[in-house]
Amino acid sequence: MIKIDCPFCGVRDHSEFSYGGDGSIEWPALDASASDWVTAVYERDNIRGKQWETWHHLYGCRQWLLVERDTLTHEIHTVKLAHSGCGQLSR
Amino acid sequence: MASRYSMWSVFRNGLSGQQHWDRVWRDPEPASHYDVVIVGGGLHGLATAYYLKKMHGIRRVAVLEKGWIGGGNAGRNTTIVRSNYRLPGNREFYEHSLSLWENLSHELNYNVMFSQRGHVTVLHSPGAIDTFSRTYNTLRMTGSDGEFWDLDTLKKNIPHLNYAADARFPIYGATVQPRAGTARHDAVVWGYARAADALGVDLIQNCEVTGITRDADRIASLQTSRGVITGDKTAFAVAGHTSQLWHMAGLGGLPIESHKLQAFVSEPLKPLLDHVVAFSVGGGLFYVSQSDKGGMVFGGDLDWYKSYAQRGNLPMVQNVAECATALLPCLGRVRLLRHWAGVMDMSMDGSFFICKTPLSNLYLNAGWNYGGFKASPASGWYFADLIANDRPHDVIRHHDLQRFARGYIIDERGAGADPKLHG
Ligand SMILES: Cc1cc2nc3c(=O)[nH]c(=O)nc-3n(C[C@H](O)[C@H](O)[C@H](O)COP(=O)(O)OP(=O)(O)OC[C@H]3O[C@@H](n4cnc5c(N)ncnc54)[C@H](O)[C@@H]3O)c2cc1C
Ligand SMILES: [Zn+2]
Repeated sequence: MIKIDCPFCGVRDHSEFSYGGDGSIEWPALDASASDWVTAVYERDNIRGKQWETWHHLYGCRQWLLVERDTLTHEIHTVKLAHSGCGQLSR
Repeated sequence: MASRYSMWSVFRNGLSGQQHWDRVWRDPEPASHYDVVIVGGGLHGLATAYYLKKMHGIRRVAVLEKGWIGGGNAGRNTTIVRSNYRLPGNREFYEHSLSLWENLSHELNYNVMFSQRGHVTVLHSPGAIDTFSRTYNTLRMTGSDGEFWDLDTLKKNIPHLNYAADARFPIYGATVQPRAGTARHDAVVWGYARAADALGVDLIQNCEVTGITRDADRIASLQTSRGVITGDKTAFAVAGHTSQLWHMAGLGGLPIESHKLQAFVSEPLKPLLDHVVAFSVGGGLFYVSQSDKGGMVFGGDLDWYKSYAQRGNLPMVQNVAECATALLPCLGRVRLLRHWAGVMDMSMDGSFFICKTPLSNLYLNAGWNYGGFKASPASGWYFADLIANDRPHDVIRHHDLQRFARGYIIDERGAGADPKLHG
């Protein structure tokens, strides 16, 4: 079982979370070209190793988190809030 | 070259204590150059090599496999073969594949144990009946077979599903593809490997591609754990590891994520289930058949997060066990013998890629999600056709990497651009 240290709730089993996906995607501006949008929506580096990804603490505080995880060993390196708004609240 | 298998050869070798069978395929040293180099010794790579030789007469063909032939998903799947895909392109492709399966044991002179026991999708609401009837009507209108079984017919054929009125998921009926079924996955691997080898294909095991040298828009050479190998044409068929090779070739991102899927087999039981049965409800997916040895072979959903680890997580074991007992309560006290996982090449719309690439002498075969076992004969057939003729066959012309930019998404489930939702 992967354990994720939620900044709000503490260490919890991953089964409390819902997996989002690649957390390194930068969404283009709304008026960016279609090809920029195709790249952002459809293309993934699909890293074998450390990558940033989004996890939703669905059965906990329901906040979105950014998690740095190794996709081969499942080791978790860093957990932080996905939105700066949450960051201000937590202070 | 291996001798032909026949009743006579079984008899003769039985008399001499099974001591005189030929090696099933050679174990050649890699040459430094080939006409076509295929990376990946799973079913798709092996089938491609076979059809390149058989249909197109390509002379020097090699398959490079980092481990052993069939050690990847080819040897890890739940062996279900069906063609109940609805969308144009997929429909013709999977139907062609099913027709190749029907003659595969003869084609390869190897018993792949293809068993057309029928595939039964159990339905749990009137809405599900409508949706699936649409698909199965499409099958019937396009030269395939599809049936609807009402509750009485289903009960007669499969008496021990949970038909209780207060079942968590009451059963309303089923859609059925009678020509679908299972095959022995290892036998298909060995059959294609042996047949390809007999036609002169070099199967190079323990040969990992570790680097790729480019010459502008061409692949110049492959660095492997067994030396440098060059090919006029290079073809990738590495399933869950496609992105690694893509990065080695300096090509950036792909519409693919690697996720893992588990499979399970129980202790052997007396004959219990004659069909392949599939169960799909919100939050649960389960498919099961009984092997010739009596083991219940089954699987469910992905592990729900991206992963290259070939081992499964426990929450999914629980989810699958819950599905199993919801559908077949009689399995409640059956013990598991083994479970394992494979790394799936999940694509952004749930459909595959057999296509040309940004490099002029590189061809791509990937994005099989967890349905690539049934696809393997046609996958090899169309991929070989693409490599030999340097243009896609009409049937697979939309299965390219540019389809997303064109807005031509081939999404059977209608699940959207999220690889973990397809399957
Ligand atoms: C648990 C499970 C259940 C499944 N159930 C079904 C099912 O019921 N029905 C169905 O139709 N499909 C099913 N599938 C899907 C199916 O097994 C796959 O889609 C299919 O096997 C993929 O094609 P392949 O056989 O060529 O892949 P693989 O067998 O994975 O072949 C790819 C090969 O490439 C090799 N490779 C990778 N990187 C390199 C490198 N750098 N150099 C050299 N070689 C390399 C790997 O070692 C591997 O052997 C299932 C899969 C799994 C894991
Ligand atoms: Zn939390």
